[in-house]
Amino acid sequence: MLSFVAQRVVKGVIVLLAIVVLNFFLIRLAPGDPAVVMAGEAGASDQIFVQQLREKFGLDKPLPEQLFIYVKGVVTLDLGFSFRQQAPVSKLILERLPATLLLTLTAFAISLMLGVLFGTFAARFAGTFLDTAITVFALIFYAMPIFWVALMGILLFSVTMDWLPSFGYETVGGNFTGLDHVIDVAKHLIMPAMTLGLFFMATYTRMTRASMLEVKRLDFVKTARAKGLSDAVIQRRHVLRNALLPVVTLAGVHSGTLIGGAVITETVFAWPGIGRLMYDALLQRDYNLLLGVFVICSAMVLIFNLITDLVYRLVDPRIEFAS
Amino acid sequence: MPKRVLLGVLLACGLTASALAQEPKTGGAINAVIQPEPPGLMLAMLQNGPVQMVSGNIFEGLLRYSPKLEPQPELAESWSVSEDAKTYTFKLRKGVTWHDGKPFTAADVLFSIEMLKQTHARARNNLAQVDKVEAPDDYTVVFTLKQPFGPFLGIFEVGSMPMVPKHLYEGTDWKTNPYNNAPVGTGPFMFKEWQKGSFIRLVKNPNYHEKGKPYLDEIYWQIIPDAAARSVAFETGKIDVLPGGSVENFDVPRLSKLKDACVTGAGWEFFSPLAWLWLNNRQGPLADKRVRQAVMYAIDRDFAKDVIWNGLGKVATGPSASTIKYYTDDVPKYPYDPAKAKALLKEAGYKGEKIRLLPLAYGETWQRWGEAVKQNLQDVGMNIETIATDVAGGNQKIGDWDYDIAFTYLYQYGDPALGVGRNYVSSAIAKGQVFNNVEGYSNPEIDKLFADGALATPDSKRKELYEKAQKILVEDVPVAWMLELQFPTITRCKVKNLITTGIGVNDGFKDAWLDK
Repeated sequence: MLSFVAQRVVKGVIVLLAIVVLNFFLIRLAPGDPAVVMAGEAGASDQIFVQQLREKFGLDKPLPEQLFIYVKGVVTLDLGFSFRQQAPVSKLILERLPATLLLTLTAFAISLMLGVLFGTFAARFAGTFLDTAITVFALIFYAMPIFWVALMGILLFSVTMDWLPSFGYETVGGNFTGLDHVIDVAKHLIMPAMTLGLFFMATYTRMTRASMLEVKRLDFVKTARAKGLSDAVIQRRHVLRNALLPVVTLAGVHSGTLIGGAVITETVFAWPGIGRLMYDALLQRDYNLLLGVFVICSAMVLIFNLITDLVYRLVDPRIEFAS
Repeated sequence: MPKRVLLGVLLACGLTASALAQEPKTGGAINAVIQPEPPGLMLAMLQNGPVQMVSGNIFEGLLRYSPKLEPQPELAESWSVSEDAKTYTFKLRKGVTWHDGKPFTAADVLFSIEMLKQTHARARNNLAQVDKVEAPDDYTVVFTLKQPFGPFLGIFEVGSMPMVPKHLYEGTDWKTNPYNNAPVGTGPFMFKEWQKGSFIRLVKNPNYHEKGKPYLDEIYWQIIPDAAARSVAFETGKIDVLPGGSVENFDVPRLSKLKDACVTGAGWEFFSPLAWLWLNNRQGPLADKRVRQAVMYAIDRDFAKDVIWNGLGKVATGPSASTIKYYTDDVPKYPYDPAKAKALLKEAGYKGEKIRLLPLAYGETWQRWGEAVKQNLQDVGMNIETIATDVAGGNQKIGDWDYDIAFTYLYQYGDPALGVGRNYVSSAIAKGQVFNNVEGYSNPEIDKLFADGALATPDSKRKELYEKAQKILVEDVPVAWMLELQFPTITRCKVKNLITTGIGVNDGFKDAWLDK
């Protein structure tokens, strides 16, 4: 197993470097020059100013040299400096990471738990009213755009009922400490986490249901019944465990994108996370910051893919590590 | 008691009560929206709108300007101009300290000017006519100009010329100076905390040089990136101040009707944002003046004002906004007249060549305006293709002159020499830049009028020159002027005295107080 992990890590690093180089060029393909954007925001764009900014960004150097400087930095774990934000990229990302992880992991946990639960129920009671109800709701949440769910949530729970705050991570100026602070953050977290989670929950529900119905028809389930096992045991130990494989695959893919995947939710709820940082960096052509977020996101995808492969082994002992 | 006496007593009581009601109260915090999140707060190095809105509370300039754009004291308590209009002497306020307790003196002014010449493009241009700056003593600064420069007293507000603490910046690498992210100024509020992506917190400067001010204890600038979410935050009472432009225009009437909401369009007199369409004078059908005039006749600007901007603003008559100096409406007029537009296009021999229209990617209002203009132009037979880009992509296209018609709006800074001439004189044609003479209009007469106008004395001479320039430009239509924009500031009515100058919310909240 160790050699498997080592091999995957080496491959991962190579893939990551390839991604860095590719992203470096992709970003520069987009029209728009960061120096002109900044000069534009300053309401003045004389030649000297734009040239000054280019020099500051290092954009006056030839492209291969810029790439060399950047890759050298990444190899030494230096993601560069965001001139627009006037701070090191790694500092900016680390500042936003806790909020993003809190949001996305909560949403992920909710969606996975509820999704598998509802999917199991729907499969167990396939063809009944419960199944139809779950399927319809899953379809609705799957189909509704996230920004719409978010705005409707705000309208209902903030404007009309005044139950939950509509924006932010905590009550600004509230100065809460201890448990009060935890409760305050939790109140702010509910809506964004549910908004983001509902979409994924719908996916897992449908995936679990379909997969379980498929597994249920297989011979080993008939054998289990013939052995006289109770229905609950069959569902839990035989059907669900086998049916989870595609769900694990999907969750693995999703979890890798958790860091940068909540752009819309973070924007609507003013949640101070990385998705928003990335979105702003894109609009402002803040190359270093954007590349930095991409590097972190790509690394997360690679790490989670590795974890998914390991979890596979736990869920299905038939799978072996090929070295 | 005779009735008349009783009435007098009652009136006196009423007046006293109303005077008492207007007496500023101290304390409290204001929650305001800032959008987008500023990249930093060092006003001498970053000049975008959000930076000034927050930092205008931290830093100060030598002067501020009334809604009529008359200079008022700030860090300078008085000023005088020599008879030949070439020497300006400023007397600085005594007893002013930086937020770290060090005294503010003329040495800081000299240092700031040297720094701004390198870091602040607008200040550099504004100071181009300055021959030397001297400080005969700690509280006097003398500017000697190469030649008289009419708008000189108009370049000293905080955003155009913020004062920087010499003792913290001299001899350091300005770009990476740690005080860029925890700025130290002389202003009424001090920087306290910035949770990136969430809020910026400023607290009262207890040693502020204007006794008794500021009245507020704290300002929280909240960062809410989505326009609809900003509206909701105001609606649910979490926000007290929505500075102009914070919410989409179609939300303004709804929010204005909330029972404790007050709205004002004041505070933009200095900037006077004017919206127009860049018309590429270099190539294609728009190189012909008659086609450009047809564009003016084809567009229903009253519709844009009434429907898209919800009645806010004013239809522009030419290159100057009506709020800035030397404006005249005695210029050729272009009412909405599709028939005339069609006739002009026919006369110019327009054969349906494709014309690319670049809307401004500043949100829904601008998107809708782009659609309306497209429809207006199509109605008179123009073949319009809309190009969709984000702000950065749009700027690149405009800077590279790769467009036919493009939306923009620019500030005018109170004087044609500061904010108008740059868009029409041929010396300001330079590729790669977005706010100069992008349209490629070149007219030696206009060049001379703007050059002379900036340096002429007395005021009546400047007026004459600029009025002539406006007439010629409106006849030539180098760009298609649309609206004098108005960005309403929406506040809770308990917020008093928020806007007291022509610079508005960009000038700090030192006069504001809460009627609790």
